[in-house]
Amino acid sequence: MAQITCKNLSFAYDGQTVLSDISFSIDAGAYLCIVGENGSGKSTLMKGLLGLKSPASGTIELGDGLKHTEIGYLPQQTQIQRDFPASVYEVVLSGRLNSMGGRLFYNTEDKKAAMENMERLGIEDIKDKCYMELSGGQQQRVLLARAMCATKKLLLLDEPVTGLDPVATNEMYNLIKLINLCDNTSVIMISHDIHEAVRYATHILHLGNRQLFFGTTAQYRESDLARRFVGGGRA
Amino acid sequence: MIELLGEMLSYHFMSRAIIVGVLVSLCAALLGVSLVLKRFSMIGDGLSHVGFGALAIAAAVNVAPLALAVPIVIAAAFLLLRISQSSRIKGDAAIALISSSALAIGVTVVSMTTGMNTDVSNYMFGSILSLSEADAVLSIALSCIVLLLFVLLYPRIFAVTFDETFAMATGTSAQRYNTVIAVLTAVTVVLGMRMMGALLISSLIIFPALTSMRLCRSFKAVVLCSAIVSVVCFVVGMTLSYVLELPSGASVVIVNILVFLVFSLIGAIKNH
Ligand SMILES: Nc1ncnc2c1ncn2[C@@H]1O[C@H](COP(=O)(O)OP(=O)(O)OP(=O)(O)O)[C@@H](O)[C@H]1O
Ligand SMILES: [Mg+2]
Repeated sequence: MAQITCKNLSFAYDGQTVLSDISFSIDAGAYLCIVGENGSGKSTLMKGLLGLKSPASGTIELGDGLKHTEIGYLPQQTQIQRDFPASVYEVVLSGRLNSMGGRLFYNTEDKKAAMENMERLGIEDIKDKCYMELSGGQQQRVLLARAMCATKKLLLLDEPVTGLDPVATNEMYNLIKLINLCDNTSVIMISHDIHEAVRYATHILHLGNRQLFFGTTAQYRESDLARRFVGGGRA
Repeated sequence: MIELLGEMLSYHFMSRAIIVGVLVSLCAALLGVSLVLKRFSMIGDGLSHVGFGALAIAAAVNVAPLALAVPIVIAAAFLLLRISQSSRIKGDAAIALISSSALAIGVTVVSMTTGMNTDVSNYMFGSILSLSEADAVLSIALSCIVLLLFVLLYPRIFAVTFDETFAMATGTSAQRYNTVIAVLTAVTVVLGMRMMGALLISSLIIFPALTSMRLCRSFKAVVLCSAIVSVVCFVVGMTLSYVLELPSGASVVIVNILVFLVFSLIGAIKNH
């Protein structure tokens, strides 16, 4: 059974539909890239998948034993206060909250998972630094580590490379692909970089206030849409 | 200093006030960290004015002040939280409206019944003498509950304070913990009002957190530092008020201001 199945989804803000006719499904281990112009409804769809925004119509089904508390999320923008005193370790550890159930405090297993994820992202040496005093790229890694703490099954990433330099961007993409392949963690990522999207993803969902395309990356490359959108580029 | 403390504590009302005050300062400091970081400090201020209104009404109809004020202020906390979260109403303006309305109602009730006597001035500016034995027992019990809940819910309070969206996205009910924080704040405000006064209690919530944030770089450090700063400032402030015969609330706030300035100075030098 598919991990996520969406049928005839639509979303509206204050009665105004911004996204309609979304129907797709992904299996465990998939790497789905959501592409589309600004305002095409990508973040809205992701909020819907997370249960932060309820759909105006249609259904989202979680299958394959996936629970709502087993999803990791990297938001597009965080409203975290600029002067918030929190150490990197505290932020990463807070990703374990959803796996605690009724338990009150973090146990050694939680702390071990936080340390492991920090090591994988190469941020263990800044673990006692203040999150707010890090560079944008470092902050993004911390938030990815937190998201990884929250899941082994499905990562939802909303433009994870915004504000990163080319080297850091590349590293970030490689890291995400590595997590996807090694842990068989499914990835749903919103990206503006269509070239990178077709390079890494197994599936593409192209939005334009409705579903313009859904299919495998190979099919997408063949489509007229991709030819127009990607142009004569590398893809 | 030790002798002085010993002398103060030999008075029963004084030792009672200090025990209650230390516990309430602890509660205020811990909750204050979360409130300040969530930009909810105004709620503490709003609640204290509602608390004044409630105490005035309690005095007028002659019921136990805490028994009436605690539920009213908790109800107000729910309302203020709702308002500050809804995007449709301007949150800060609405809170200002509610707090000044409560103050106006309180003052009207007072002048219609007992008149502006020492009781009312005590509610406004605080007095350690206003604390009865029964009030003290209730205050100690309630503040222990507040402290216990804060400690038990610490990981969740951190998550919801740091990034509400992520907490909700991964299945933690931010609404529930926001409500818990608001209710605990309501209880703390009412307990602290008797001693600090309606006009000064919110500083007990805000100052220790702001002071600690000058120097500390992690949430845990800020929480611990606030707790220590708050208790020390309270005890020093009370001693000052005893020696110099100043109003207790005002002396505690003055000490808090001084410590804040010292911490800011050290912070500025460290960052230079
Ligand atoms: N909170 C909101 N209230 C009202 N309308 C909204 C809200 N959030 C988004 N919208 C509208 O919904 C549409 C889709 O927004 P969404 O954020 O999903 O776009 P996006 O594809 O993520 O764009 P971007 O590439 O800029 O991130 C936009 O037209 C936007 O104006
Ligand atoms: Mg977006």
